[in-house]
Amino acid sequence: MSNKPDFVSIGDVSKHFGSVRAVDGVSLDIAQGEFFALLGPSGCGKTTLLRILGGFEAPNSGNVHIDGADMTLQPPNRRPVNMVFQNYAIFPHLNVRENIGYGLRKEGLSKQQIAERVDEALATVKLEGLGGRGATEVSGGQRQRVALARALVKHPKVLLLDEPLSALDKNLREQMRVELRALQQQVGITFIFVTHDQEEALSMADRIAVMFDGKVRQVDTPEHLYETPRSKDVAAFIGSMNFIDATVEGADGDALIVDAGPVGRIRAGLPADGAPAAGTTVIVGIRPEKLILADSPPGEGANSIRARLTAASYLGERSHYFLQVDGLAEPLSIARQNTQAQLLHEADAGSELWLTWSPASGIVLPAAG
Amino acid sequence: MTSAAQSAARANPILRLGKSVQGALFRYAGLRGYILFSPTLLVLVGAMCIPVGMLVIYSFWTQKYIEIDTTLTLANYLQIFNKTSYMLLIGKSILISTAVTTATVVLAYPIAYFIAFRVHQHKIVWLILITVPFWTSYLLRVFSWKVILGYNGVINSALKWLGIVDQPLAFLLHNPTAVIITLAHAWAPIAILPIFVSLEKIDRSLLEAATDLGDGPVARFLRVTLPLSIPGVVAASMLVFIPTVGDYITPQLVGGPDGLMVGNLMHAMFFKANNWPLGSALAILSAAAITVTSLAIWFLTKHARERAK
Ligand SMILES: Nc1ncnc2c1ncn2[C@@H]1O[C@H](COP(=O)(O)OP(=O)(O)O)[C@@H](O)[C@H]1O
Ligand SMILES: [Mg+2]
Repeated sequence: MSNKPDFVSIGDVSKHFGSVRAVDGVSLDIAQGEFFALLGPSGCGKTTLLRILGGFEAPNSGNVHIDGADMTLQPPNRRPVNMVFQNYAIFPHLNVRENIGYGLRKEGLSKQQIAERVDEALATVKLEGLGGRGATEVSGGQRQRVALARALVKHPKVLLLDEPLSALDKNLREQMRVELRALQQQVGITFIFVTHDQEEALSMADRIAVMFDGKVRQVDTPEHLYETPRSKDVAAFIGSMNFIDATVEGADGDALIVDAGPVGRIRAGLPADGAPAAGTTVIVGIRPEKLILADSPPGEGANSIRARLTAASYLGERSHYFLQVDGLAEPLSIARQNTQAQLLHEADAGSELWLTWSPASGIVLPAAG
Repeated sequence: MTSAAQSAARANPILRLGKSVQGALFRYAGLRGYILFSPTLLVLVGAMCIPVGMLVIYSFWTQKYIEIDTTLTLANYLQIFNKTSYMLLIGKSILISTAVTTATVVLAYPIAYFIAFRVHQHKIVWLILITVPFWTSYLLRVFSWKVILGYNGVINSALKWLGIVDQPLAFLLHNPTAVIITLAHAWAPIAILPIFVSLEKIDRSLLEAATDLGDGPVARFLRVTLPLSIPGVVAASMLVFIPTVGDYITPQLVGGPDGLMVGNLMHAMFFKANNWPLGSALAILSAAAITVTSLAIWFLTKHARERAK
């Protein structure tokens, strides 16, 4: 992987629709062979950015380079890029083979060569034997494979996928995550895919760009994005997170000491860019699965607080609990795998418990955004 | 419902019948369908099947002076088959209408395309504007073409004024071309609608997909837009072709002796010659010719679509 780190290079691209800034000054470098995700809530401009890469929208400003060539003003048919559309856009008047071979007509190949390439693509997406089916005679999952094959058969430098799994039902979607990832590894083409589903992005992508309101807020590997989000918005969007307002008191080794009001003085992880000055207001974010329920206070080094159970919901392999700390506006949410025999129930509401967590689990975020 | 009302309903047989009919309607979608369909069915039987049936019966009778001989016979059909001029007239009518249909579709397609793809707001206004010619009478529209194409008409006056010709061009009016122009203009709005609908229905992402896969605008039109709009083109062709074969007003007014069509002959049979049976046989035969041609158009487009892949 990663021969060229700026294989796809997006330079300060903006796109406005009337007064809507769909894409607002986005700069991104995507490496060759990377599986890259654009993740964000609906309406944040992901599709628009993808369509700019495909050539379906011209940016109002900024430029797009692919493999060193300026593509900013090239139409889609002149770009070494292919797209899997959100609704797959399968040609209804053509059968599966004809759909897949559609883009090969212009490449100066013989009938024989086209047939071989189509067969190869059919095999890649595991649709052997369905080539003669009409476009309307295949299932949703198969349509997606046709759309993939139709794009891959062109051997593009970059494959763009707009919410490729959103039209599939849940089981198929989870299976396709694995398959799509394996397919990308097999063909080695740079994939850029758009999704609003964070789990999808986390499980498939090498790197993820999180977008809000037309802006890219953080670009990171799935693990970094989850473990060290750099803003409250990103932290709240990727998974869920408890937020506690706090004031910095000082650093102590690899921990930051903060005064978290009702929660008291706690130790949090030291941000990568160093400790904020004492007196700075910050937000400490703690993932629900990193809060541990205990019957007695923990030993030295860990944070702890006494809290009251307010709600419990059983979700099969795990349970969610809500515990109120006196003085906090909202209860803290705790996720626990149901491996222990003892479960808490609605009936246990009101009981007092200890909550503990390690300092490293507390992520220090800037107070604004 | 209170229990008093319930027992009243149980006691009253009419209410009970009403309930069970309602129940049956609720249970059987087919029954509901037939009931909803029945007004249409009545109109269809009354306005179409009965007149056509009468036409068929008439065509097997014969006119004996002012009497009608009701013995069933093929005499009328034989008479038409043996009279080359009648057969030629049917053939010519089919040819003229085919030309009209072609001209109309060729005219209508770009307009429908424009409204479907280039107009983004107020498409309905454009569609209404297109029907404006229909707000005046058919006769008036035919007459205006007479004014445009006539010996002292708009075109000739303009040509003379510009000094391009000394004498008015006589060949503009009173020939089949004039019939084709007039009919194509008259029927264009009818043809635009089905083509528009079929173009409007095309998923825009299909066009983007074609471009994405390397097609320029022309290739994309020929490989995606056109094939997907064929149903609209076929519908438009039928809508224009079928009624124009039997038209007799336009040929009468702008066709001259060469531009006459089978409709004029039928008109003459029913009125001047007062020979309803022969007129009926002519009507049945031209209907048969229309059916055959329509089927041919349909098969040809289907074949062309297969080939275009
Ligand atoms: N063709 C368009 N015309 C006007 N507004 C648009 C158009 N395309 C997108 N938008 C607006 O731009 C914003 C971003 O849209 P989009 O890129 O589709 O978001 P996402 O894919 O993240 O849901 C939205 O507010 C949307 O309404
Ligand atoms: Mg989108």
